[in-house]
Amino acid sequence: MIAAHLPVLLVVVPLAAAPLIVLLRHAGIAWALAVAAAWFALGAGLALAAEVARAGVGALVAPYALRSVAAEVPPERRYLYYAVHCLCLAGLLGMTATGDAFNLFVFMEIASLAMYILIALGRHRRALLAAYQYLVLGTIGATFYVIGVGLLYLATGTLNLADMAARLPAIEGTRPVLAALAFITVGLSLKAAIFPLHLWLPNAYAYAPSAATSFIAATATKVSVYVLMRYYFGVFGAHLVVASLPVPQILLGLSIAAILTASLVALWQADLRRLLAYSSVAQIGYITLGIGLATRDGLTAAVVHLFNHGITKGALFLLVGGIALRAGGAGFERLRGLARSMPLTCFGVTLAGLSLIGVPGTAGFISKWYLVLGALEAGHGWLAAYVVLTSLIAVAYVWRFVEAAYLSAPAAGAARVAEAPLPMLATAWLLVGACVWFGFDTSFTVEGARRAAQLLLGGAP
Amino acid sequence: MTPAQLIAACLLVPAAGAAGIALAGRAPNVREGVTLGTAGLLFAAVLGLLPTVLKGSVPQLFVLEMLPGIALGFRVEPLGMLFALVASGLWIVNSVYSIGYLRANQEPHQTRFYVCFALALAATVGIAFSANLMTLFLFYEMLTLVTWPLVTHHGDDEARRGGRVYLGLLLGTSIGLLLPAIVVTWSLAGTLEFLPGGILRGTASGSVLGGLLALFMFGIGKAALMPVHRWLPAAMVAPTPVSALLHAVAVVKAGVFAVVKVVVYVFGVETLAGMRAADWLPAVAGFTIIAASIVALRSDNLKRRLAYSTVSQLSYVVLAAALLTPLSVAGAVFHIAAHAVSKITLFFAAGAIYTAAHKTEVSELDGIGRRMPWTMGAFTVGALSLIGVPPLAGFLSKWMILQGAAQAGNFTALAVLGLSTLLNAAYFLPIVYAAFWRAPRAGDAAHGEAPWPMVAALLASAAATVALPFAAAVPLALARAVAG
Repeated sequence: MIAAHLPVLLVVVPLAAAPLIVLLRHAGIAWALAVAAAWFALGAGLALAAEVARAGVGALVAPYALRSVAAEVPPERRYLYYAVHCLCLAGLLGMTATGDAFNLFVFMEIASLAMYILIALGRHRRALLAAYQYLVLGTIGATFYVIGVGLLYLATGTLNLADMAARLPAIEGTRPVLAALAFITVGLSLKAAIFPLHLWLPNAYAYAPSAATSFIAATATKVSVYVLMRYYFGVFGAHLVVASLPVPQILLGLSIAAILTASLVALWQADLRRLLAYSSVAQIGYITLGIGLATRDGLTAAVVHLFNHGITKGALFLLVGGIALRAGGAGFERLRGLARSMPLTCFGVTLAGLSLIGVPGTAGFISKWYLVLGALEAGHGWLAAYVVLTSLIAVAYVWRFVEAAYLSAPAAGAARVAEAPLPMLATAWLLVGACVWFGFDTSFTVEGARRAAQLLLGGAP
Repeated sequence: MTPAQLIAACLLVPAAGAAGIALAGRAPNVREGVTLGTAGLLFAAVLGLLPTVLKGSVPQLFVLEMLPGIALGFRVEPLGMLFALVASGLWIVNSVYSIGYLRANQEPHQTRFYVCFALALAATVGIAFSANLMTLFLFYEMLTLVTWPLVTHHGDDEARRGGRVYLGLLLGTSIGLLLPAIVVTWSLAGTLEFLPGGILRGTASGSVLGGLLALFMFGIGKAALMPVHRWLPAAMVAPTPVSALLHAVAVVKAGVFAVVKVVVYVFGVETLAGMRAADWLPAVAGFTIIAASIVALRSDNLKRRLAYSTVSQLSYVVLAAALLTPLSVAGAVFHIAAHAVSKITLFFAAGAIYTAAHKTEVSELDGIGRRMPWTMGAFTVGALSLIGVPPLAGFLSKWMILQGAAQAGNFTALAVLGLSTLLNAAYFLPIVYAAFWRAPRAGDAAHGEAPWPMVAALLASAAATVALPFAAAVPLALARAVAG
């Protein structure tokens, strides 16, 4: 009985928790409720296996948020943070669970509106500007998406994704369908921060409260990429997108540009959070590169990297949140000699950084392996070379942190800071542990991704 | 214990030792005790595998399947056995030496030093016993990463620069070239296992395999083929015990070990010989031998001279493997052991000179043999061995490689080896001459030998250099087993 309704419950429980939190207005209870809702979502998600990544990060970040939010959000607004966190989680889970194009839009708006608030709650005044930037661009994205859905509705007469997929082949070359494809691509690319539509992302990541950053970084853009993949391969069909239109070529071109420029920009950032934000843009480039290959290995790489990069970046932003809390910011001048006062945090950043590079024994390596393999098997040897060479830029930016934290003397007059609070550290290290675990035991990630790739490619040659 | 359990012990002992060292960090004597105990246990475990391997069987340990069809697994064949024996045996000697060196020089961060050292040994054993390219690659990268804190041990600007070159070149070559090579191998052969006769026979044309071989040879940056050798001199900013065990034995030998593994067990000697895909390799290795020797000749800094000598000697192994005759491959394997004991002696001596006399340049060593007779005596033994003077260890391997070159009819290789012997003598013998026959300079501070643990260690490794040819039955049996 319950099992049949799990997909709905998954969304409803966090959704219902949000107004409850607002009514109660107490930060402690709000936190407890948010944790309970998120953990329920994780439990339900585990039963469904598909939602684990998103619900898992949500469930992990919620308990972490306690200390971080206490430090960064004014007391009278704390309950709001938790309410919005639940709403955002509900929206993201809804986006993955729904089978209806318009419902997807509604859930996307729920998640996006919640995210604008989450970002605006940051203590820096620039957080408001960042939220506003994201609001403008996000709204444009949502509008584009809904225009695309409208065109599809006109052409097919249904909003159900499965029905759409059944009716589209008959009319696939027509202009409304092509226009819908274009609108949906641009709309979702804005949400997913696919280069060059990523401009909202660095500020949003850098100025939002740390807990919100790690939650958004690990989930929000990933869900949009997932939805994009569903539209490409599940609705429009590989036949139209891959065979008749130059969509893969465009995606490949954009990904190549994204990886190089964003990695280089990341290298020159003076603040660790902005560095990681730009690195995210580059990593999304690797994901879209996998999609652009449009082969089984390529899609496997994309799906695996959605998950692996989610946990890697989640871990990194959680740890950097701890640094920002203790050292008062994540600028590189504050990181000097930090390994002496925050050894566990710095070692965690180093390990997760290795996963970002793609060193064997970490989750990031598995993604890279499939990406290189996918590129080779698609006959793009140069692309395989490009992937490994650009990942060397990641070595450079991760090692900027390592050198600052381990080899530099602390700035003169800097106060000695304490290690991050235990709940934050424990959550972050759980994700760091996952980065290593999924570098060895890939039966869950790779199998899941292969099945997803097979499913998505379905009718493709 | 069963062989599989012994393999697990070989990997877990140094890892557990690292944890123990970290826990005992506040009590230096306990910490050093744990280090020595771990080194002894590791050597005992490796030794425990030897009878099984000599009998001709191949102990295996399968851990888990990392990716579909690619396992994290271990298999102890003769080559890995020899490498693990050399590395773990010399770790004991090197630990004694480290204790003397770190205490006499009052080095900071000693706990971190011993922890990283133990982890480096775990990675080395992992490389030695790896059953496939993926496992090898995993531990290869781990070895780079855990030795980085040792290279940058002093934490100053020089160490930082050295660390950047070290990490940049080693990670750059391994991720940029070795990883694609492994992926291509997987995509061609459908397996990554090390199998006798190789896995690439008949999968691609000679030119493709030649290109793939180039990816491997330059991707294995630890083998220090020119032009990817620069990390080795850069690593000399590390404390001398690190240069001695890691950058004369464990790390660089992991490189040439991987080269021999790839030539013998991935490509297969016959495949390469049949397709002439490896014809370019002796030329590159020969160039490296000569060029590095010339750089060594011109270096006044003693550790830098030794580092370039290592670059040159590593290419002996690559050249010997690339000649593709059974005798030269056996010589390549034996040279891994012979160069290890000789070069570690030389580095031990360099560290002892630095500790006792605070001298780092060759030109400062006039008459030092009179004050440090044991140290310079051991240095002379190591130097003569590397020049190839019979009956020392280096002579035996050089002899085998020469015979192999003659068998292959490769007269260029013969000429390179001859010229290199002259160059070796030219950069080593002046040091020996100055140390014993020149008068000390006026104004040199009076000093004696370095602390006794260091002297004991360097005498032990010098004794091993002398004894190796007389106890060569085991290493030669292993070397011949590799060459088949």
